[in-house]
Amino acid sequence: MYFSPEESSQVSEAAARSSNGAALKLRGLEKSFGARRVLRDIDLDIRPGQFVAIVGRSGCGKSTLLRLLASLDEASGGSMQIDGQRGDIRMMFQDSRLLPWKHVIDNVTLGLAPAHRRHAQEVLDRVGLGDRARDWPSRLSGGQRQRIALARALVHSPRLLLLDEPLGALDALTRIEMQQLIESLWLEQGFTAILVTHDVQEAVALADRVLLIEDGAIALDLDIRLARPRERASTGFSACEARILSRVLSSPARDDEAAVPEPVFSNFTRISWAI
Amino acid sequence: MTHAIPSPQAGAAARAAKRLLPWSLPIVLIIVWQLAAQSGWLSSRVLPAPLDVVKAFWTLTASGELFRHVAVSARRALAGFAIGGALGLLLGLATGSWRRAELLLDTTVQMIRNIPPLALIPLVILWFGIDETAKLFLVALGVFFPVYINTFHGIRSVDAGLIEMGRSYGLRGWSLYRDIILPGALPSILVGVRFSLGFMWVILIVAETISAQEGIGYMTMNAREFLMTDVVLVGILLYALLGKLADQLARGLERRWLSWHPNYSSR
Ligand SMILES: Nc1ncnc2c1ncn2[C@@H]1O[C@H](COP(=O)(O)OP(=O)(O)OP(=O)(O)O)[C@@H](O)[C@H]1O
Ligand SMILES: [Mg+2]
Repeated sequence: MYFSPEESSQVSEAAARSSNGAALKLRGLEKSFGARRVLRDIDLDIRPGQFVAIVGRSGCGKSTLLRLLASLDEASGGSMQIDGQRGDIRMMFQDSRLLPWKHVIDNVTLGLAPAHRRHAQEVLDRVGLGDRARDWPSRLSGGQRQRIALARALVHSPRLLLLDEPLGALDALTRIEMQQLIESLWLEQGFTAILVTHDVQEAVALADRVLLIEDGAIALDLDIRLARPRERASTGFSACEARILSRVLSSPARDDEAAVPEPVFSNFTRISWAI
Repeated sequence: MTHAIPSPQAGAAARAAKRLLPWSLPIVLIIVWQLAAQSGWLSSRVLPAPLDVVKAFWTLTASGELFRHVAVSARRALAGFAIGGALGLLLGLATGSWRRAELLLDTTVQMIRNIPPLALIPLVILWFGIDETAKLFLVALGVFFPVYINTFHGIRSVDAGLIEMGRSYGLRGWSLYRDIILPGALPSILVGVRFSLGFMWVILIVAETISAQEGIGYMTMNAREFLMTDVVLVGILLYALLGKLADQLARGLERRWLSWHPNYSSR
């Protein structure tokens, strides 16, 4: 485990916030597609209200793991316990998956009784798009669409929010804005969050804990004990980032993966996009 | 490249010119045609003068004959369209949604589809004689396939990601169908409707010219026997007009139901 100089009383604070989140317990979880074993032997305990980031090379099985957690796919073996019902779990996809034929507000209330419209409007206001309720999704920018998708997930007050590279397609500035929004909503609502990302900096900025998946197994499990809001320029932040990156890059990319060639930099913070 | 910004007056004039331009050629043609007919250079047995066509149109309207024929034809077209379209839609939805239904029906439908409906005319006359049923049958058959095929493909091409998203948000059965599958298939279904509306008239024209006692096709065939080219032309123009009307109707549906779609939204 990694303890930064900025480590503080965050741990106890996180425990206090935990009431709304679901706890996860995975034991020996496995997933194969035909002969290809994508995930093997995943043992994982996640505390209620924890913010977990999952990083790893493209094709390592990050999305597959999230889809198992969301019950979108069946596991091939092992067990998975999530305290809560199906409806407590919400997934946010990389492409926003808004229904183009429904107005923004009707997208947010998807699967809800009409009585929840007021609440939906409040959540829309919260993500800063209250005035776009009557627009078609096609009229929104990519970042706005992701905010709508976030609102749609949050209306259900999920206890577990799964985020599969929700910010992957956004520009750097919008990303940081969205990261702040996600963080503040998480702090407010106290759900358990699992975020898949390619961006190590994003993982360090948001997560209590970063998992690295490699060859279908968890290769690194690192607690990030930095005070929030996190200062990206701080030494503790850079140290975390560097540590994760060096671990990611220490294992050579396999031939069957379209991996980025591995550059050797002295300063790891400059290559936070390398995976 | 730089563009000069036109003054308002010049802009308005340019816009008016742009509007008129597509019509200038038809207008010139009609004038030439009228002159050619008046000078006797163009025999009225080949083409009647435009003014004669207008006159024939007027007399037919005044006598109420025109309205009667149009009403009969429109009723046939719409009834055939309703039957064929509804069947195509229902079967398309069924085969698109259930693998079983596809296995059971699709091969058969694809086989029958390769027979042009008009090739069935002799058989249809044998079956139904030359009364209404024969015409309804032909129109319904012609309308069925475009609607069926586009509905089938529409359902099949609904974004699987959206369906998965809907499921994960708790939509099941009918609500999944209503909120995601049907709207997702609608653009394709409307393409089928629009195509079949055009095809509907083609089939009806042929069916009516072959055998009918009423309707636009009958009116033109009857006029042909008496060499009344002006009435024949009125009939042809009527078909053009009704075809255009049907197309306009389909566009209206698209604009109304697909207003969410960037390609169809009215600017
Ligand atoms: N439905 C499927 N059928 C067969 N193989 C699959 C299926 N879904 C995923 N895979 C395989 O599983 C492996 C992991 O896929 P996954 O989508 O989980 O990767 P990922 O880590 O999310 O990658 P990325 O970062 O590029 O999104 C890949 O090798 C992929 O080819
Ligand atoms: Mg993925």
